[in-house]
Parts: sequence; C-alpha cells; structure tokens
Amino acid sequence: MSVTVRVPAQLRTLTGGASQATVDGSTVGEVLKALDGAHPGFGDRLFDEGGSLRRFVNVFLADEDVRFLEGLDTPVADGQTLSIVPAVAGG
Amino acid sequence: MDFVTGLRCRECARPYPAEALHVCDYCFGPLEVAYDYEALRSSVTREQVAAGPQTIWRYAPLLPVSDPEPIDLGTGCTPLVRADRLAAELGLGELWVKNDTANPTGSFKDRVVSVALTKARQLGFKVAACASTGNLANSVAAHAARAGMVSVVFIPRDLEVAKVVTTAVYGGHVVAVEGTYDDVNRLCAELTSELPSWAFVNVNVRTYYAEGSKTLAFEVAEQLGWEAPDHVIVPVGSGSQLTKVAKGFAELHAVGLLDEEPHVRVSGAQAAGCSPVATAFAEGTDAIRPVKPHTIAKSLAIGNPADGWYALETVRRSGGAFAAVTDDEILDGIRLLARTEGIFAETAGGVTIATLAKLAAQGVVRRDERVVAYVTGHGLKTVEALVDTAGPTATIAPTLEAFHEAIAIDATAPGPRP
Repeated sequence: MSVTVRVPAQLRTLTGGASQATVDGSTVGEVLKALDGAHPGFGDRLFDEGGSLRRFVNVFLADEDVRFLEGLDTPVADGQTLSIVPAVAGG
Repeated sequence: MDFVTGLRCRECARPYPAEALHVCDYCFGPLEVAYDYEALRSSVTREQVAAGPQTIWRYAPLLPVSDPEPIDLGTGCTPLVRADRLAAELGLGELWVKNDTANPTGSFKDRVVSVALTKARQLGFKVAACASTGNLANSVAAHAARAGMVSVVFIPRDLEVAKVVTTAVYGGHVVAVEGTYDDVNRLCAELTSELPSWAFVNVNVRTYYAEGSKTLAFEVAEQLGWEAPDHVIVPVGSGSQLTKVAKGFAELHAVGLLDEEPHVRVSGAQAAGCSPVATAFAEGTDAIRPVKPHTIAKSLAIGNPADGWYALETVRRSGGAFAAVTDDEILDGIRLLARTEGIFAETAGGVTIATLAKLAAQGVVRRDERVVAYVTGHGLKTVEALVDTAGPTATIAPTLEAFHEAIAIDATAPGPRP
C-alpha cells in the first residue's frame, strides 16, 4: 500500500524540507516505520522508549485520529493520507 | 522592557528563542515562556500594579510581551463579586464569583487574545487566525479589527448563532468547518505548517496566548487584598486556562507580590458530554482518552484537550477534584447563578456553577474555605440553550383586569424557580 504522509513543519528537517513523503505499509505503524527507514530520525521523534506514540504527537488517517480507530494497528488503504500533527494546539 | 528570557520545552527543557514557536522540535512538548523571576522580584511592586491601567496590562511585567500601546479593548479588571446568596444555597461560607463575562467581547478570551496579538504584531504578523469554539473567534475578530489586522477565524459549523454573528460583524473572514472543534483544530494545526506568515493565536502563538490566562489569578489575588483564595473552580476545555490560573498564583509569590506561598486547591469543571480529563481523574489514570463531544457547553467541547494532562496534574497536585455535569445540571447552574447573584453566564459558566454545587454537596469544596468560581463567558452568547425554559412568566392583554388576574396567579409562586 502506498501512503502519503503529511509532515509538520517541526519535522521537515528530516525530509529535506518536503511537506509530505510517500511510503509503503499496510498499517499505520508500518507506514511510520517505513517513514523512519526512508528518512531516518522519525522513529526517535514519534515514539517513546516503549514504542508507543509520544504523548504530544497525534496521527490522523484520512483526517480521523487513529486513537478512534485501531491506533498503530489501524489498516491503511492504497492512496490514503496519514497526517502527523503536534498535539499541543487549540483551546 | 520585558522579563522574558526565552522559551523552554515543558517536557524536555530544551531552550528556544522567544519567537512564534509553540512545540518542541524534538519531543513535541509545549513550550513555556521563561521569565527572569529574580529581576522581577526586585522591580515589581504592588504600588506599581495599582498605578497601572484598569486592564490586564497593569500586570505587564508578568506578561510575555512588552508594548507601550498593546492591542487592547479594555480587557480585565472584571468584577470579583461576593456571592452570599449562592453560597447560602450551596451550604458554603465565603464564596466569590469572578465575573469574566464583563470583558469587551463577553468572555475571558479577550485576555489571551490581547496578549497573543500584541506579541504577534511585534513579531511582524499581519494576519490573525484561530481555531475556535466561538468565544475566541469573537475576540480575535474584534482585536484584529481594532489593530487593523486581517482576521481569519475557523469555527465548527454547528456553533451558536450569537457567536457567529458577534464574530462576523467585525468584518473578518469566518470559515465554518464541517466537523467538530477537534476537526477545526487539526485543520488549523496543519495549516500552521503551510501558512507560517499567519499568527494562529492558539497554535503557533499559543505559548504567549496561554499566558494571558494568568491574569485571572492576578486579578483575584489583588481584589482579595493581595491574598490567594483557598479553592478555585475553573472550567476545562483544553485545560490551558486552569493550568495558567494555578501558575498565576504561584508566580505572584515568586515575584514577591504575595507574602505567603499560596496553597490554592484547583478544581476542574467539565460537561459530562465531553469530559476526557474528569474521566481520567475519576479513573485515577494518567491516560486521557479523546472523546467525541455531545454537550450544550460548546465552548468546552474539546474532545482532545491539548493541556488535559497538565490540568489533571495541576488538580491532583493541588488537592482539588474534577466533576462532570449533565446538560440539565448545566442549565440549572446557569439559572441558579442568575437568580441568586444576577449574573447571566453562558453554558460553560453553567458547567462551573454546577460543578461547584456538585463538589460542595460531596464535601470536596468546604464551608471553611474561601472559594472563587470562574465564570468566563456571557449568557447572551448561548441563549439557545434556554429558549425553551426561559420566557415571559405571564402574557396578558393590556388591561388592568388582565394584569390583576396574572398577578393573582403569580402571587403563589414569586418568580420562576428551577
């Protein structure tokens, strides 16, 4: 499955300034792992020592928070868009 | 001059310059403004504060931006009202209501927006934007109009009509988004990366914006004769306001404006239809699970609260509590405050008063405490919530007979009671 990942400004140093990247994977977790493979450094920034998403990172699949889906195990379909968004906003 | 030394990540303590930055590049933790408290301690006095303007800017040294002419509509110095009749109904002793409905656009948001846009202008921004549940949109549109800035506010499509009208009237852009506030917020968080020349007050300028809520604590302490209350009740949407109220009291002591170290119990008020933080408190967990909101308290309908974790930590550390109240309890809270104290609050204020009532009944808020309830938005903003239950108590023909007949009926029940 080829998935487009939208990258926030804070992480664009890892993509050479690009606002999105296209990687393969069949779940949200696999996509993010593939992103780290293509652009080393994403893993450290997105995951804590236990392998969970950091507290202040939100991930959205097709604009839905993956915590309302199946988290990192959420299956992704070809052509879907995954967004990484800093959690600290709003209110 | 200001006393800001820079920004610092609240999680990993990495330092950043005082620019339009809101999260740590490394761990995504929120950035906090760092001040030189030593310098503040030797230069800020009660007399200086008292000689300042009757606005939040009397506390300028404790705010993150210094400007001789801030973008200001006359915000702050709102009444702190002794609420004896409400206290009697709830079995409490010394109770005060901080009536922040009295701000220029009718909510506490004027405090944060005045600070955020003054800083944004200083940083060179020309466009003021925000993700809003309504009150913030009102305030951003009004302050931008006064400052001659372009405003673009994003709101959920199903907002109360009054909040839409009182935003649109200022002539800025009002973008209604088909989704919840959390959808609006996510969109704005993504737009911030695409539109770095826009000041989203609660995204890329949020670090400064949030500091404005400290003035809710500063004013209460000054109005109490430079003393802190024992217990405060604060409504919780994102959790930022509650966290900053606690920080405000602590800072007053840090800079010497309060003689004694305050021990303010901080309790949080949420609507049962959107209570991710109150739920985590009740379950004794650190994990705040996001929810899909269903509540009439739309200004608190944030299912994925950015500062929820910090609000939870603040409440626990202070010995406070959380409560979550139903829509019916919210309406009862609005009516209770109105008929006992003559203050008309929006639904979020109903959440605060209903939570106060609940925590008082549970013995969490005690009779021997000096209590302050923060009522932070005006009832005219959310009149829809009451149209079915608040109307004329009699409708009569314009004749003396009809009047006397109506009075005869009313005499058995003086005034509507919930």
